[in-house]
Amino acid sequence: MVFEFVETDWVFGFAGGLMIGLAGVLFLLWNGRILGASGVIGGLADGSGWDSSWSERASFILGLLVVPFALTFLWVRPDTHLTENWGILIAAGLLVGFGARMANGCTSGHGVCGISRLSLRGIAATVAYLLAGAVGVVLFRHILGVI
Amino acid sequence: MRNLIALLAGGLFGAGLFTSGMTDTSKVQGWLDFFGAWDPTLAFVLSGAILPMAVAWRVAAKRKRAVLGNPLPATPNREISKELITGSALFGMGWGLAGLCPGPAIASLSYNGTGGIVFVIAMATGMLVARYVRPFEIVARLTGTGGKNEYQQG
Repeated sequence: MVFEFVETDWVFGFAGGLMIGLAGVLFLLWNGRILGASGVIGGLADGSGWDSSWSERASFILGLLVVPFALTFLWVRPDTHLTENWGILIAAGLLVGFGARMANGCTSGHGVCGISRLSLRGIAATVAYLLAGAVGVVLFRHILGVI
Repeated sequence: MRNLIALLAGGLFGAGLFTSGMTDTSKVQGWLDFFGAWDPTLAFVLSGAILPMAVAWRVAAKRKRAVLGNPLPATPNREISKELITGSALFGMGWGLAGLCPGPAIASLSYNGTGGIVFVIAMATGMLVARYVRPFEIVARLTGTGGKNEYQQG
């Protein structure tokens, strides 16, 4: 196994992780909400969140859009290495959106919020999507060679 | 006030995703690539995020209501359903395929080019479809075994 890892990556990773966790703390203890990106976004995308919670959802998304945008000017403009293949982008987007809503959560809701609560569902979901993601990368990168 | 906290939480979430490098799809795919050049960064991100949240759940357990007066989330459902596992597996496939999940997809929208926009539109479409197309309910209806709706709002 080859490691591709710059030593400072884990420092930035851990620091960024702490910020993600603190965002979850704010949302939970102040607003009484579980920070799940697919839940917040999905409610607006499918219309189920067009109730009294819509402005809370929209405010969250606004912050999530604007702060990284500002950081590209203040700090660095990161290379995201996103594929330019529209077929892959569309297939992946559909899978991510459909799957996260079917499972009622994604990396933030099941991963961060679920595991930290020792929720059986969160842990099971995390194991399932990590395995599927690893199988996906092996299949699409090493076997089919499309990514 | 709830909106202000939501704006701050969203901003902090975005700053965290940006700082940790999680909007870089090659780092996410590198983490999932156990048979290639494995990148362990995501494990540090996840542990950094879980630590403060674990404390927050302990605090929440001792409180009746959130600071702003709303009810706190109910005790979690413990059922490992077909929807949970199948949905997570589909989500994981898409996550591996593009290296993006919902949070980073929105966080990087301003600097991810046309591809980022295409992904977010497809993701929103998938979310909309998921509200109306529920495979296990359809199967249950067809086989007459009775469906169950496990979807919650929010």
